Amino acid sequence: MNLTVNGEARTFEPLANLSALVSALGLDGRKVAIERNLEIVPRSAYGKTKVVDGDRIEIVHFIGGG
Amino acid sequence: MDGSVLGQDDSWSVAGRTFRSRLIVGTGKYKDYAQNAAAAEAAGAEIVTVALRRVNLSDPSQPMLVDHVKPDRFTFLPNTAGCFTGEEAVRTLRLAREAGGWDLVKLEVLSNTQHLLPDMEETLRALKLLIADGFQVMVYCSDDPVYALKLEEAGAAAIMPAAAPIGSGRGIQNFLNLGLIIEQSKVPVLVDAGVGTASDAVLAMEAGCDAVLMNTAIAEARDPIRMAGAMKHAVIAGREAFLAGRMAKRTYGDPSSPKGGLI
Repeated sequence: MNLTVNGEARTFEPLANLSALVSALGLDGRKVAIERNLEIVPRSAYGKTKVVDGDRIEIVHFIGGG
Repeated sequence: MDGSVLGQDDSWSVAGRTFRSRLIVGTGKYKDYAQNAAAAEAAGAEIVTVALRRVNLSDPSQPMLVDHVKPDRFTFLPNTAGCFTGEEAVRTLRLAREAGGWDLVKLEVLSNTQHLLPDMEETLRALKLLIADGFQVMVYCSDDPVYALKLEEAGAAAIMPAAAPIGSGRGIQNFLNLGLIIEQSKVPVLVDAGVGTASDAVLAMEAGCDAVLMNTAIAEARDPIRMAGAMKHAVIAGREAFLAGRMAKRTYGDPSSPKGGLI
């Protein structure tokens, strides 16, 4: 399936939900926040949020800043 | 007396949270997150500012801030650095709230990428959007008492005028305006941005600021951890001097030794 993740076009094996996407990217879901098609997905809902071909996903985390 | 003992009972509060340290430090520009964490500890900081950015998909194993500067040790103050509109600020801080659950945030809406001074019209608009969304907002602003009052009336949790442009290290450029802002504000006033060295922090606190927020002055010092300690003591010294009340200035000299009893 094709997704846009953090502005990059990426191709994945079919993914059941956001949790599967986080795992496929090698990320720790406890340390990120996710937007799916401009809507924030609560961390508790990653497992039940379906990922659909063409979705635009933003995955962010905290970095150093002033 | 160790400077760290001073001011133990001299706390300050913002948005219902009480802190003893009056030094908030940023977490940008350090050599690495380990140095960053050591500097925050040396500063005695209880609050650190943090930024929100996309994760690096090409290297998910790279070091993460939260593994070094831990959210259970410091109160994270997510910022809106890099935002130029109210909508961008709201989107960023909603994500920050989801990433960690914080509703105490730092709003900064910049006007351009050169002097980095705040766009106050857009800052005020963004503040109203954030308050409507349930955030407690500490607002980075220009040193304009008129706009500072508008921010407070709109519900800002703290007013944070720039001493000088972000990262410029120039120190407080307008003591008159800073004094007017301190005098009129009922919420905490913090100098945020522009501090260059310890004496700048002392002057901010002597002027009556509730706290000081800085990043570059520590991160770009030759020895950041030592400078973090210097800033801790500077903030305490300035605060204690403010509370002690300085002597009156005189035009002429006034001897400290008695004039009588001379041989």
